[in-house]
Amino acid sequence: MSRIQHKKKVDKIMTALFFGGTAFAVILLVAFIGFVIVQGFGVMTPDMLSFSGSGLGNMLFNTLYLVFLALLFSMLTGVPAGIFLAEYAHQGKVTHWVRMAIETLASLPSIVVGLFGYLAFIVMTGSQWNLFAGSLAVSILTLPLVTSVTEDALRNLPSSYRQGSLGLGASHWQTIWRVLVPACFPRIMTGLIMAAGRGFGEAAALMFTAGMSTDINWNNWDITSASCPLNPFRPGETLALHIWSLRTEALHPNAAQLASVSSAILMVLVVSFSLAARYISWRLDKKMGGTNS
Amino acid sequence: MNPIEIAVKNAHRDERAARFLITICGIGAALVPFFIGGFLLLKGSDTFLLFGHSLGEFLLSGQWAPSDTAVGGGHVGAAMFLSGSLVTCGLALLISLPLSISTAIFMTEIASPRTRRLIQPAVELFTGIPSVVYGWIGLTVLIPFLRHFFTMPYGFSLLAAGCVLAVMVFPTITTMSADAMAAVPKTWREASYGLGATRWETIARIVIPAARGGIFTGIILGLARALGEALAVAMVIGQMKVFPTSLFLPASTLTTAIASDMGGAMEGGEYSAALWTMALLLFLLSFLFIFVIHRINRASQLKGRS
Repeated sequence: MSRIQHKKKVDKIMTALFFGGTAFAVILLVAFIGFVIVQGFGVMTPDMLSFSGSGLGNMLFNTLYLVFLALLFSMLTGVPAGIFLAEYAHQGKVTHWVRMAIETLASLPSIVVGLFGYLAFIVMTGSQWNLFAGSLAVSILTLPLVTSVTEDALRNLPSSYRQGSLGLGASHWQTIWRVLVPACFPRIMTGLIMAAGRGFGEAAALMFTAGMSTDINWNNWDITSASCPLNPFRPGETLALHIWSLRTEALHPNAAQLASVSSAILMVLVVSFSLAARYISWRLDKKMGGTNS
Repeated sequence: MNPIEIAVKNAHRDERAARFLITICGIGAALVPFFIGGFLLLKGSDTFLLFGHSLGEFLLSGQWAPSDTAVGGGHVGAAMFLSGSLVTCGLALLISLPLSISTAIFMTEIASPRTRRLIQPAVELFTGIPSVVYGWIGLTVLIPFLRHFFTMPYGFSLLAAGCVLAVMVFPTITTMSADAMAAVPKTWREASYGLGATRWETIARIVIPAARGGIFTGIILGLARALGEALAVAMVIGQMKVFPTSLFLPASTLTTAIASDMGGAMEGGEYSAALWTMALLLFLLSFLFIFVIHRINRASQLKGRS
């Protein structure tokens, strides 16, 4: 009897340990997010958000613009790459090799991608640091995610979609373009939103590509001019990079407050995009589950 | 030709064009890491071919004094950065592993479905938090905290870097382990309970051994993330170019050295060549990790089949 009691005691102790570990981790993480947001908005003053001088408005604009460009690039290559893996690739050496290469890409340190971007997009093109090069570097980082999300979405579609379209006489490509891709569009969107979340926080890949300065004039809408906000071939410091440079350079008297506010803005962006992606996929699962059962 | 024939012909033409373009995109995306590897090899090999240093010197020597000129003649021993990277990663795993595994076990084995639906998104949310934010909080909260509790000269230390990295790898290891544990067939657990095992015995003897492959994959992905993290570590490690001798003293890692020195190094000089070689080393290590993960998965697949 004592052996069983002993086992029960051990079981209880271990359960308590696992519960304790989880509670500690989750509370720590939630407190972390809460702390960043509360601290940031606590020290925020309106002129910090302005679009001039030491205001964060320009950096916020650069961040959004750069992520938009990066998503555009990784969508243009990642979605076709996902279609290739799901629809056209045969199970064999080449496919295995492509998959492994894309996985390697996903685990590359972002600073290595940044160095590659510096060499390929800045040194070899002979240009100055610019947003375009930065967004290409970030698109390399988000490419694996977009590819795997597209592939999974295509593979998880009910096979009746494909059979119905092919049965009506559509070609393979017509089936993909008119039936399968529209059907998994929301899933691909979710993947892109997740990728955006990653792009907002990227800094190491941008140090040597997008540059650490911003000089834009909001009255200049000549897109070829270096101070036009929409010109992608100008240097543009993002919020994440700004936090880094505030810590090393301390250019402003209120550097610490600016970094806290930047962190809070980034955190809100990342958390809201992540929640949006989760909400969309939750809605989708509900809808799909509803129609199938 | 009648309209149907034309439509069929067009469809065939489109099919061929689309297949061609899609294949180009797929192969092109897969070529990107090869391009990156090729460029790194091109630049990183300068240390050995152009400036005549040996691989042994680079990996094992502690003398770090590359000259910032195209003439060379300095010392490029990167052992202190390599050991700094390994120590911080090891420390991060040591701190994070017990927490990650217990969270994964709690999520899959103990929690009710309701609780799991609350914890899982919370954990996954943390994979997306920007690393500079971790670094910033490490700098402003963790370092004063550590200085308050331990006697350390600066606060910037290996320990601080290990803590920040531990928080960063926690979600990776937890989600991968939890997925692997959830994939263990329910009948195995029922068989174990049916034989009179307690929950802890079922977890320790059935679930964890069965999910071993997935847990290892999670650990290696976490390790890859920790090894490649640059800015968050650079903000708290103090970036002193010394060997990691004490947990309470500053040190440097491969990534922090690249992040801090690459901007100032002369293009084509020995200093920048040595930094490129360090980037090449990081690339090769992350390739090695993916290779190991594939071997683990293949081994567990073969086992499952037999």
